[in-house]
Amino acid sequence: MYKRRLIPVLFLKDGWMVRSERFELHQFIGDPVTHVERMVQWDVDELIVLDIGAEQSTVQHDRSDYKNRPVRNLLEFITKIAVDCCIPLTFGGRIAHVDDVAIRIANGADKVAMNTALAESPQIVTAAAERFGSQAIVASIDYRMTDNAPEVFVDRGRRATGRSVVDWARQAERLGAGEILLNAVDRDGAARGYDLETMDRVADAVHIPVIACGGAGHQRHFRECFEKTRVSAVAAGNIFHFTENAYPRAKTFLKQTLSDIR
Amino acid sequence: MAPRVSVVSYGVGNIQSVLNACRRIGAEARQATTGDELAAQSPQRIILPGVGAIGAALAALRERGLEHGLAERVDSGVPFLGICVGMQMLAETCEEFGEHRGLGWIPGHVGRLAPRGERRPVPHIGWNTVELTRPDDPVLRPIDGKDMYFVHSYAMSCPAEFALATTDYGGTFVSAVRRDHIVGVQFHPEKSSALGDALLRAFVA
Repeated sequence: MYKRRLIPVLFLKDGWMVRSERFELHQFIGDPVTHVERMVQWDVDELIVLDIGAEQSTVQHDRSDYKNRPVRNLLEFITKIAVDCCIPLTFGGRIAHVDDVAIRIANGADKVAMNTALAESPQIVTAAAERFGSQAIVASIDYRMTDNAPEVFVDRGRRATGRSVVDWARQAERLGAGEILLNAVDRDGAARGYDLETMDRVADAVHIPVIACGGAGHQRHFRECFEKTRVSAVAAGNIFHFTENAYPRAKTFLKQTLSDIR
Repeated sequence: MAPRVSVVSYGVGNIQSVLNACRRIGAEARQATTGDELAAQSPQRIILPGVGAIGAALAALRERGLEHGLAERVDSGVPFLGICVGMQMLAETCEEFGEHRGLGWIPGHVGRLAPRGERRPVPHIGWNTVELTRPDDPVLRPIDGKDMYFVHSYAMSCPAEFALATTDYGGTFVSAVRRDHIVGVQFHPEKSSALGDALLRAFVA
């Protein structure tokens, strides 16, 4: 039986792992390599790592109190986490060329997520899909509610596009994306549950899988999103990083009422 | 002694994940990027990974002399495992951005998934149950009835005698094939956690 996925999202900024709120506040959490190891131990369904730093992550952490030697750049990070990453890994952030996709895939990413590229250079999405297959290309779409309608924002949620999220998702599918990661910016870090209406609308509007993200504060929010929408996967960040054994506990909770959970 | 595994690399796709998985299970894995390199390595096992569009993958394989190199090794009896597109390439004909001639080691055709019913988007991405048609298969035995990780839009259809496992996604499709010592799996053992490692261990054993 096909299982719907529960996916942790890790936000990476300048080489650190951070907690995100409304895409504005980013609190330091720690060494990302250690966090990825924890996700692997939890045997998560899939892992999404989004690099949200403004510049290329060239960082000298120079901390001796971490068990891992700090990574110095993005590539080193992907290579390092991929070694023990026996679970599916999606890597997103700062894709400007097809070569950026190629290098991530060659070093251990199974899928690559693109966001701002959908607005600035949509031909990259198509070129990457033709080279690596649509199944390797995730369209990451951020939106905010403006006048009660979901509007797409790019550039880490800063720049409005004036486009509706349904149109944008359909366009991403036409360009060749194989999956959509849909993130409600207003709900980022708010812990008041998923935007069920928009998630379901988008899942219904496209023929590719949709991953819902933004707003999880409790296990019941996951269940609600699985029960009331047609999304293929539910993703969350903060909840998995601050609550003891949050992921395995959420799985146990979901399996009580849902049969299509691994 | 750890068996020598050659992982065929043709310039597209996530080779590193398969190499990492081989190392996890204690196999000695090397990349083979050309037919000559493959011959020189004289491997005891061959893995053909695959992510990417099948037309591009087949063209790259031929360009590097790997079609011939692989056939030579496999004809001499070296056990072979094709993963995802690496399984699909075994078919005679493959469709994806046009029609392509496959390696033809297994009589079959690769076509786009056409699942029926609600909530069955394509690509088929996620964990799904693999049911063996021959549960005593030495390589796939550890995963019969278990969930493995899939990420694909195309699947192979072939005569029942070659279908080693099926999976349901709005209708069943062939999720593993076998012809003698040639095995192909549509899912990704290198990304299927402990069960994937168990399959790979069984393959190199």
